[in-house]
Order: sequence, then C-alpha cells, then structure tokens
Amino acid sequence: MKFFILLIQILFVPAISPLCLGIIKKLKAKFQNRQGASIFQPYNDLRKLFNKDEIISKDASWIFKIAPYIIFTITLIIGASIPQFTSFLINNYTGDLLFTIYALAIGTFFLALAGMDIGSAFGGFGSSREMTVSALAEGGFVFSLLTVALINGTSNLTKIPAADILSHKQFLLSLALAFVGFVLVMLAETCRFPYDNPATHLELTMIHEAMILEYSGKKLALLEWASANKLVIFAILGANLFFPFGIAQTATLGALAIGIVALLLKILFFCFMIAFIESTIAKYRFFRLPGFLMLSFILNIVAIGLIYLI
Amino acid sequence: MLNLLLKIFKTPNNVISISGDDTAKTEILVLGEQLQDRIKKLFGASLAIRQVSAGSDNSTEQELVALGNAYYDVERFGIHFVASPKHADMLMVTGPITHNMAEALRRAYDNTPDPKIIVAVGDDAIDGGIFKNSYAVEGGVGAVIPVHYGIPGNPPSPITIIKHLLKILETEADKLKK
Amino acid sequence: MTPEIGFASLISLFIVGAIGSLFFRNNDKLANRWQSFFAITGSLTGIFFSISQLISGKILAFAFAIPGFPLLSLSLYIDAISAFFIFIISLIALMCSIYGIDYIKHYYGKYDLGALGFFFNAFIVGIILVVSASNAIFFLIAWETMSFASYFLVIYDHHDKENVKAGFLYLIMTQVGTVFIMGAFLLMYKYTGSFDFRTIQANAGLIPVLAKNLIFVFALTGFGIKAGIIPLHIWLPAAHPAAPSHVSAIMSGVMIKSGIFMMIRVFLDLIQPAPTWWGLTIITIGAISSLLGVLYALTEHDIKRLLAYHSIENIGIILLGVGSALTFSSLNMPGLALISLVAALFHTLNHATFKSLLFLSAGSVINQTHTRNMEEFGGLIKFMPQTALFFLIGSMAISALPPFNGFFSEWLTYQALFQGIAVLSPIGKGIFMLAAGSLAFTGGLALACFVKAFGVTFLARPRSEEVEHAKESSFLMRLGMGTLATLSLLFGIFSGYLITAMENIGKSLAVFKNMPAITEASTGQGLVLKNNFSSVSGFAFFVLFLIVMALVYYVTKHLIYKEQKIVTGTTWDCGCDLGPRMEITATGFSRSIILIFKKILQPSIEHEIEYVTTDNPYTPKSKTVILGINDIHYSYIYQPLQAIIKKSSSYVKKIQSGNVNTYIAYIFIALVVTLFLAL
Repeated sequence: MKFFILLIQILFVPAISPLCLGIIKKLKAKFQNRQGASIFQPYNDLRKLFNKDEIISKDASWIFKIAPYIIFTITLIIGASIPQFTSFLINNYTGDLLFTIYALAIGTFFLALAGMDIGSAFGGFGSSREMTVSALAEGGFVFSLLTVALINGTSNLTKIPAADILSHKQFLLSLALAFVGFVLVMLAETCRFPYDNPATHLELTMIHEAMILEYSGKKLALLEWASANKLVIFAILGANLFFPFGIAQTATLGALAIGIVALLLKILFFCFMIAFIESTIAKYRFFRLPGFLMLSFILNIVAIGLIYLI
Repeated sequence: MLNLLLKIFKTPNNVISISGDDTAKTEILVLGEQLQDRIKKLFGASLAIRQVSAGSDNSTEQELVALGNAYYDVERFGIHFVASPKHADMLMVTGPITHNMAEALRRAYDNTPDPKIIVAVGDDAIDGGIFKNSYAVEGGVGAVIPVHYGIPGNPPSPITIIKHLLKILETEADKLKK
Repeated sequence: MTPEIGFASLISLFIVGAIGSLFFRNNDKLANRWQSFFAITGSLTGIFFSISQLISGKILAFAFAIPGFPLLSLSLYIDAISAFFIFIISLIALMCSIYGIDYIKHYYGKYDLGALGFFFNAFIVGIILVVSASNAIFFLIAWETMSFASYFLVIYDHHDKENVKAGFLYLIMTQVGTVFIMGAFLLMYKYTGSFDFRTIQANAGLIPVLAKNLIFVFALTGFGIKAGIIPLHIWLPAAHPAAPSHVSAIMSGVMIKSGIFMMIRVFLDLIQPAPTWWGLTIITIGAISSLLGVLYALTEHDIKRLLAYHSIENIGIILLGVGSALTFSSLNMPGLALISLVAALFHTLNHATFKSLLFLSAGSVINQTHTRNMEEFGGLIKFMPQTALFFLIGSMAISALPPFNGFFSEWLTYQALFQGIAVLSPIGKGIFMLAAGSLAFTGGLALACFVKAFGVTFLARPRSEEVEHAKESSFLMRLGMGTLATLSLLFGIFSGYLITAMENIGKSLAVFKNMPAITEASTGQGLVLKNNFSSVSGFAFFVLFLIVMALVYYVTKHLIYKEQKIVTGTTWDCGCDLGPRMEITATGFSRSIILIFKKILQPSIEHEIEYVTTDNPYTPKSKTVILGINDIHYSYIYQPLQAIIKKSSSYVKKIQSGNVNTYIAYIFIALVVTLFLAL
C-alpha cells in the first residue's frame, strides 16, 4: 500500500503540471472573450516536441546539453520530497525547508548558465535578469517558509501538515502575512505576472523565455515541463503549508481519495489566482520588481515578529 | 469585476466557427516537394508557427496578428506563434523576399529543426506578387528556400489563412495514412 | 612518534625549506624543487599530525622559557581547535604547493625563485605557529612573521606598480591591526599579570568590566583587520589579486581564518564569561560584511578581486556562527552555542577548500590568458575543459548548492540562527532575524555573482584574440585543483559524519565541556538536530540525484524517439552576424543589481565624446562610457581619516622650526618640568 502511495507521490507533479498550464491558459482565454486551446493542449505540445529533431549551436558546450536533464531531475526530486496529499510520509532526507529552496536554486543556476552558454545577446540578459530576480526572492522565500516552520516547531516540510490546523488559531495573522509574502515570491520564481510574461514574443520583455530561446526538440520539452513542475511545486507548497485542510492523515483509501481531491482543488485555486492576476494587471517594469520582493521579505519579518509578540 | 469572473462560465460566443465542410472545400496551393515524415500528423494536435517578414508591406502581418484575436482565435486549433525558429514547426514567410532579407531567411530556415513545413503567405511571397520582377526582390520564397505550400491572397483574410492551414495539416496527416 | 616530535618536524621541514631556498637563488629549477618538496612534505606531516591529535583527543602543551627574556617563552598549546586549524592549513598548503610546482614556472628568469621559496615556507610556518602559540609575545612574533612574509609575497610581482601599492596598503593595515592586538594583550597583562594564555584564562575573572570591553573592541578591530571585516577590509581586494595565485589561495583560504581563530580563542576561551552584546555585535558585523562583500563582488570584473570580495562575504558568514556561539554561551545555552561554533568551524573548512579551488582555477586561467580582466575571457570551456569543471564545482560549492560542502555549513549556520529567533529575547530575535535575512540574500546574490563569473569566463565565444590561444593547465595544477574539487564534494556528501565529529572539537573549549551531543548522523535519517527541528542528508540527495538523472536521460534519449537527429547549427542571430561584442559582459550582467542597490554602491556614469569637427556636435567620432563604483568606505571613512591625520600632522609640524635655538629651548623646558615633577 505504501509503495503505491509513494509511486503516486513521485508521479503526481510531472503528471499534473501540463494540465495546470493548460487550465491557466484556458482561463486567460476565457477572460479575453476567446475559447482558447483545450486544457490538455500542453500534453500535445510536449508530445510533439519530444518527437522533433534538434539543432544545437556550435558555440554551446556540454553545460547547454546537460542543463535540461539536471533541471528536470531537480524538479522531480523536489516534487516528490514535499508533502502532497498525505501527512504521514515523513521525509527526513530531502524534506528540509532550506534544502528545497537551495535545490531549486540549482535549477536556476544551470538554466542561467545555459542561457549564457550560447553567446547570443538574448540569453545573456535573460540570465542577468533571472539571477537578479532570483537573488532578491531568496529572502522572502526563506522567511515565508520559516514563519510556518517556527509556528510548527520543525523545519522539515513533510512534518508540518500533520499538525492540527485549528491549534494554530492564534497565529492566523502571521500565517496570512506569510502567505501574501509567499505568493509574491511564487510569482517571481515561476516567472508569472508581474515579473515575467510567459507568452511574450518580445525579447526585451522576456526573462525565463529568453534563456530557452536556443533549445529545441526534447531538451525544450524537458525545460517547459520542468517549468510547469516548478509551478505545481510552489502551488503545492502554498496549499499544504498554509491550508493543510483535507490532507490524508491515515493510509485508508477514503482518506487518500479525499486528500488527492483536496490537493487538486487547491492547485486549481492557485491556477485560477494566477490566471486572474495575469488578466487584470500588466507586467511591471523591471526596476519595480525588487520593491515587491522587499515587500515580501518585510511582510514575512513582521509575520515572524507577530508570532512572538502575541 | 463580477462580469470578468462570470466570463469563465459564459463566454459570449463571438468566435467564428470553422466547420468540416469549409476545410473540405478549400483548395490548397502546393508549391514544392514535401518529405514524408511520420510525425507530421502530430502537428494536427500542436503546431508552432514562426513568422518571418522578408520585406513585406505588413498587410499580411496584420492579418496574421488578427488570427489571435477573439474572433478568429487560432489557439483553439492548437496552433500558436513562437518567437524563435528553434521552437517552430512551420515557417510562415511573408513579403517578396528582398535581397537584404534573403540571407536572414536562409538562416531562419537553417535554424528550424526538422520536420518543418514552409508556407508562403500572400501573393508577394508565392511569386513576388505586385513586386514581381523588381530589382530589389528575389521573387518569392521558392527562390531562396524550399517551400511546401502557399496561401494566395493580397493579403489573404484570416479566414482564408485558417482554412488553408487546417487543410494543410489534414493533408499531411492523410498522406501518412496512405 | 610523539606529538612533540611530530610538531617539531613539521616546523623544521618548513624552516629548512625556507632557508634552503635562499641558497638556490641562482638556479630556478632547483629552487622550485627544493621549496615545493619541503612544502609538500611539511604539509603532509601537518595533516598526519593534526589528524592524530584530533583522534587521540590529547592536548599538546609545551613551554620553553628563554633565559634573559622573562616575558617571552616558546610555549605551545595545541588543543582540538588548534589541531583542526593546523589540518586546514596543511591541507590547503599541500594542494597549493602541488599546484605551485608548475605554476611558478612562469616566474623563471623574471624573478628570484629562492626568495619566493623562503617567503612561502616562512609564511606557512608563521600561520601554523599563530594557531599553536600560547604566549602573547611569541604569538605576536609568529603573527608578524606571517604578515611580513605575506607582504613580500604580495609584492613579489613587483614589475607591476599596482602590486607594490597594494602591498604597501596591506602592510599599513596589518601593522595598524597589530597595534590594536598589542593593546588588547597589554590590557590583559595588566590585570592578569601574565602573557601566557593559560594563565590569562585562569585569571580572567580579575579583569574589570570596562577593561574587558576595551579588550573586546581592540581584539575585534585587530583580528578583524586580518580577517577582513567591513569596514576594515580595504586591503583585501587589493592584496589578494596582487600575489601569485597559489599564495592568494593560501592567503584567502587560510590566513584570514587566523583572525577568526584568534577571535574564537580570545572571546570563547580566554576572557569568558562574556556579556551578550559582544555576540550581537559580532553577528551584526558578520551580517553587514557578508552583504556588502557580495555586493562589491558583483561590481567587479577583475576575477581575482571578485574572489577576494567573496572571501569577505564568507568571513561574514563565519562570524555569524562565532557571534551566535558567543551570544548563546553568554545566555547559558551551551547546546546552541556548540552548534553555532561547529557551524563556524565547518564553514571555515569548507571555505578554505572551495576558495582555494577557485583561486587556483582563476590562476590557471590568468596564466593562459595573461589578463585578470573578465571582459576579455569567454569560451574557455572549450580550451580548458577540466579547469572549467573545477571552477564550476567551486562555484556551486560557494553558492551553497547541495550536495557540495558550502550548503551544509550554511545550513548549520541557518539552524543556529533559527534557534536564536525561536528562543531569544526580542532584541536578540530582531538581530538574529536580520542576520538570517542577510544570509538568505547573500546566498542569492552569491549565486548571481558566480553565474556571472563562470558564465563570462568559460561559456559562449571568446571575447578577445589572446583567449583563443589558451591551453589546458598542466597535470600537477589539475591534480591540486581536482583534489580540492573532490574534497568539496566529499565533505558535502559526508557532512553528517563530519559535523558530529566536529562537535568533539568544539567541546574541547572549557565552556562546552561535558555537553551531550547536539546532532546525530545516522544512515536512517541523515544529519539530525537533537531537538528534532530539522534534518538533512547530503548522501541521500546525491545518490537520488544520480539515479533519477540517469533514468531521465535513458528514457529521454533511448526510449522516446530513438531516431532523433541532432544537428550542429549556429546560434539564432536574427540574420545578423554575431560578434564577440554581442555577448553579455560582466559589467552588463550585474548592472541591474548595482542599480537596485545604488544607494550603497553609488554607481556613476561618465561620458566622453570625441567629435569629428569641434564646431559640429552632431557628428561624434567616438564615445567612451566609463561606469564606476564609488567605494563608500574609502570616501567616508578612510579619506576623512587620512585628511585629519594630514591636517593634524601639519599643525604639529610647526614645532619643527629648523631653528637650533628653539630646540635648545625645548630641551631646557623639558628638563625644568621633569625636575619639578621628580622633586
């Protein structure tokens, strides 16, 4: 039984991520009075990309060739290490808060290097912008997860959803502030509005897209999939650490079914929130973005302060 | 704000529908030899188009831009536009290929991974159109890179473009079945 | 082989290497072989000696009073922490000596290799004696040996006038530091009556509070100058690049740690118990140093200056550990203090490893390209693939990416800070929170800086002609670098066992004796903190990563669309030719971050335009844009200080009138005053 649960846990993130992308695009299309592609379109896109040939620039080195595998592997490992629909799968090896953050940074590191490896102007400044946003987002990221960790007395992320949610009534304000901080960082790290426009064709406005302009075929498929995985990882973290309702506490079939459905609903909520944000505001100018990230950091510091003042 | 949220459930149906009859009746313009490739049928489910403007007067570009709006909505067929030729399956070339853009078009062709479909959109791209025999143009896409299909019109309306596109994809899929 | 004989042979090997090199000054090859042989054997002896000391757990105490000098005695006291530092020194010296054998070949015929050997070996002896000395005067002799030997090494390449200026700045700063250290020891002597460290520790209770605080300030300043804390760091970015690369590696990896060692020795060992504000001050200094260090590193496009600023950043991180250890021990929380100290010690070891690795690789690159300017590098991964791999490993380690060692020591530092946030008073919480925030931002900015350093140096196309003639480094240089890279990986993967072993080192300090174990490394759970706050396992991640990546690679390459063809084409250039100037530059890469932090970094732009004809401003011939950074420490602290000293000196100069009669009058007045006071 536990083996099957583990299997679902490992395959959940890569299986669901293209669907989430499809749902976001469909919602955005609806907001724009269009019909848009079907919600399973990203699966078709990935399948087609896996079956295409590749062209690799002669300026590229082995880092360009190996980066998609490293990035995708990291998202697989982190996706399996975070608490998903159960609270009893405790991961003492890779479930730590800081470990999650810095392992995701490995992905950012290699993506930025791959962007610089090809020697085009777009890749270079894409890497520069990505590293600027990512460097400033670290503070908010660490502290938003730290707030939850300090409230629960453990920084092992898989142990946090097990606590009885209602016992943290007095920390609601802290959790709310930390959640806002977390959402600001999530939008930065997953390259969504107002930090980056995933649907743009203008290189001047690209951050994430600029780094993958030179990829084609299977490597491009892996990178797009990894980006979708990262979105789902953040959605799951936000869902389970701040709203762990419905999570399966026991290994019975009923509890697991409720757990999976609850998780899917929460991810759906995040998709809806992202689609709504992307349909109502514009992408902000690059030098306004550090303001958001500092805001996230300060909100989280206030949240931690509130834990101990109450 | 509430209207915005309600749109999720009830989009006003202003999208122009393309029925099966329309595509069946469309005659596509075949310009060159196509390579048999088993996976071109996958393009029916997902097609990435990169548009190259080679000395065009922008009339065709405006029609291509209109493809993405709320009336024609080409995304519902799984077709989307991409920024880099390396991401593309199909190159849509417009304009009569001026001498200055010939090299750039060749590089765009070389940078598109196989399998690919090259479509010349508009009369100018097919054989030079109103600029035919001018000193400044090569005279159609076929003079520079191997081209597979053409969409006639000066410029072709979005409806024409969509119908031709869908027919092209169907033809490719049918060829493989044989 | 008793420990005394081991230590004596350790010191004598280096001394023989030093003095012997002087005899071979006329024969470059022989001088090279002599100094390298003795440096390598000395380092190997050092490694064996320190490991045997750590395993046996015994303390080596040795005192030899010198007749005629009552205050000076050659006394040594090598406890576990000293042995640990000797291990670090020997390890890095070994790798740098192996690297140096081939590296210094490019000084043949240009400079005096005998002198290089003398100062190099003297330098290492100085550092080893600094961490083993137990008498303040003997310590100062060793300290000055270390400083002067490194001064001569910094100005070794004296054909470049910049190096001589850098050496001079270094000399002044280190002497100022020595003055402060002497002040601290003199104060300690006044109240405890001895220069011997053990006596001082036993009599620490005799020192009144005001004197203790003064000792703290003096020692912090003096050792801080050596360690390179902000704002006392201005010598570091000038001196480290000037020295030969294998010496820069030792200076950056080991010498500045001697400042840290003495801070631990004085604050946690000699003058306990300490008030809480000491620890909080050190944490604040650490936080500021790490943030400013990494920000200044981002502004640099000289690769060795960039690495030097990163040393400042990492010293800041180590100081976070030392500061929290002091804070916790002053509040009677020895368990948490022990974790903080172990974090600081582990980061010392890790930083020594990956910083020397980075300096050695940078040295190889500079050797081949004959310039330190990153803007002229590019594409070196194709010409020097193994050096590039080692630099990549160093970059991943310093940016705290798992599974390399940097992540685990920063993880442990974070744990210490998190515990502080949880249990301290509100002021302590606030300071620890800001420290943790600075650590988080430092990690992110360091990652950005090393993407820049590695990407601009090794990736894409060469930006200058010179670079295209680069060749891979020789075998011995690669051996030194490769061993350090492997050690980075191993220290990270086996960090659990290392940390639990290091707890015993920390416990050798009197404040921590008889503490129960705080951390536990087991295969079942990885490295676990005993209060169950967190756990992590480098080994599990490493194995998991390799397995999953192999799986992904196999499935993607061989199961899905096996017949895929991969064609080598060109970069998509939008139809224009891509030249070397179209790639991102180091300056351009970090310009966004510099503009975001412009209040601190104060960037400036200057335009110089040259016109074709002077009366027509519409046809420029050439335009030069100069981007600069204003070093606020220099403009707001050192320049005013310089101006004050100059001004007051010019006032005092008025006494020297040159008139002999005035001087006789001075002597007369002085005589009268003295007689008056004496009678």
